[in-house]
Amino acid sequence: MIGADAIVKCLEEEGVEYVFGYPGVAICPFYNSILNSTIQTILIRTEQNAAHAASGLARVSGKVGVCAVTSGPGATNVITGIATAFADSIPLVCITGQVNSELLGSDVFQEADITGAVESFVKYSYLVKNVNDIPRIFKEAFHIANTGRRGPVLIDIPIDIQNAEIRKFTYPESVSMRTYKPTVKGNIVQIKKVAAELEKSKRPIICAGGGVLLSNGEKELLAFAQKYSIPVVSTMMGIGVMPTRHPLYFGMVGNNGKPYANRAMNESDLLIMVGARVADRAVSQPDLITNNKVLIHIDVDPAEIGKNVGPTIPLVGDAKHIFEDLLLQEFTCEHEEWIDTLNKYKMDMVPKRNPNPDYVDPAGFITLLSEKMEEDGIYVADVGQNQIWSCGYHIVKRGKFLTSGGMGTMGYSIPAAMGAKLADKRRQVIAVCGDGSFQMSMMELATMRQHDIPVKIIVLKNNYLGMVREYQHYTYKDNYSVVDLSGSPDLEKLSSAYDMKFLRLMNMEKVDEILDEFLNKDESVLLECVIDPMDLVK
Amino acid sequence: MRKKVFQLIVDNTSGVLSRISGLFSRRGYNIESITAGVTADTRFTRITIVASGDDEILDQIEKQVAKLVDVKDVKALEPENSVYRELALIKVKTSKELRQGVISIADIFRANIIDVAQDSLIVELTGTQDKINAFISLLGDYEILELARTGIAGLGRGTENVTYL
Repeated sequence: MIGADAIVKCLEEEGVEYVFGYPGVAICPFYNSILNSTIQTILIRTEQNAAHAASGLARVSGKVGVCAVTSGPGATNVITGIATAFADSIPLVCITGQVNSELLGSDVFQEADITGAVESFVKYSYLVKNVNDIPRIFKEAFHIANTGRRGPVLIDIPIDIQNAEIRKFTYPESVSMRTYKPTVKGNIVQIKKVAAELEKSKRPIICAGGGVLLSNGEKELLAFAQKYSIPVVSTMMGIGVMPTRHPLYFGMVGNNGKPYANRAMNESDLLIMVGARVADRAVSQPDLITNNKVLIHIDVDPAEIGKNVGPTIPLVGDAKHIFEDLLLQEFTCEHEEWIDTLNKYKMDMVPKRNPNPDYVDPAGFITLLSEKMEEDGIYVADVGQNQIWSCGYHIVKRGKFLTSGGMGTMGYSIPAAMGAKLADKRRQVIAVCGDGSFQMSMMELATMRQHDIPVKIIVLKNNYLGMVREYQHYTYKDNYSVVDLSGSPDLEKLSSAYDMKFLRLMNMEKVDEILDEFLNKDESVLLECVIDPMDLVK
Repeated sequence: MRKKVFQLIVDNTSGVLSRISGLFSRRGYNIESITAGVTADTRFTRITIVASGDDEILDQIEKQVAKLVDVKDVKALEPENSVYRELALIKVKTSKELRQGVISIADIFRANIIDVAQDSLIVELTGTQDKINAFISLLGDYEILELARTGIAGLGRGTENVTYL
């Protein structure tokens, strides 16, 4: 057995079903060995998307997403995908081939110091120097990626190590790492303090971030919120922690969020921030969430607590475990008026839009689309105006909402949707992007066709890089610079080039029937929605 | 802004020092000195870092360092219950006439003369940073040709909270 066989065996031991990647000489031993495995390989069309697809798979399955690319340009191309996963704490194991270990450091063909290059975007990285270390390193890598605060781990493996004979393959049953032991269970003293503060509170609120989803803590959060009637708002990464129309859910916070969600958070007297970083887009004025209130910050990563705001009660642990423990506490927490006030805000503070009847109205369209989507459908939003509309108007029922939050990487939605579809083929998966973000990953239509991955794609087309155009509208008084997308391909012709069904919606007149046709069968469809180029998210 | 001394126990693996120094540079933390050496248990390295910043930054430094996978333990070495030492090698230009003057200052500081040449000598001094600074300033009347300082190494006093060997 050689190193490459050992790698494949490790992936099998970890229950990996799909590897997204792109070969090159330095990773060829691995791609040769994987032919003898039941693990399926997906040939992505550019390496960045391998990491995005693995991310989509991880976010739906809860398992670690895996990608494998070659050395040099293959490895450097995957960096944006890794950084995107890192920013959103998505568990990935990324395998990169490397030049012969004896040649390392001599700048030979397709050599890149990838462990050095990704240092600030990975949770951990390995450069394998001895073939016999492969089982231990893979065991550790999967463990590190999917415990504590999740994140990507990179394993760089020189070609000679992949080809070297391994003495004996035994996959470790457990991880024994001297230095890595994340705290998952919350400190009970702190938990009791939280209960005591809630008992005093008249206006409590929970702000849930992506950490709740990553810890699979949605059920526990819901149970806790319902038991004490505590209203919930979420960050962008937290969308989907609760059904959008749940009476206790009051929308997304932040500068692109719902005004009533921000107001609710600011006026509360007790705020539980859970699995959220308190980053600049969600909380632009951190002092507003510390003034005159008790701030409880729950996070599995101790470094996030106190990074942007100093909490009254810090609580380190996994959201799921903390809510489980909080549910065991018995206390009273009454605040009927508070919920009434928030409902009033929700009624009164609805953002007004004046849609142009000549075009598709993104808000109305996305609302109708979500109503028609399957209960557990997965909605993948890209980055740009489309993302802000998606966050604002998509209605999560029992499904998931995926997007690139921390990094805001354009082109995320199509590859991530492919990964999501492969994670659970029974579920409906829809990628919603703009014409800018679509063109950043449209090469993946070939991957979808080759591997029969029936993802549905919606392109909100306005012939502009809309989000930047909107910024230039406000900041540079309509002096548009490098945002005009004329020259874009005819999407109908493009769809037919890939044997993909195509639909077009020009305005809201036929929206019902077009959406029904779009959602009808489990097949790839590209739906172009022509939207007003001058439309604004704000 | 204040200074704080951190003691880290880290896995003795390749790249660990670059992971730690990389963390400081990318997050914009000020590092004044860093020293590293293997502990009695060769699996681990003890690193002493002197960093400066306001309280929030120092708190973040401790948390971010603790988060690194290779870091087993990090703690602040508070001055009242720790000892710090630094070693300095100082090459001073000395003529025959000046040599005795340097030697007398070295004697007062219990420094050692470890090399003597025709027109220079090298003094070795171990002590706290204050002591070394005082020594260097006393040498102000002479010409210092070269100076090498190690940065401080530190340990907590007593047997309480012994981290590892």
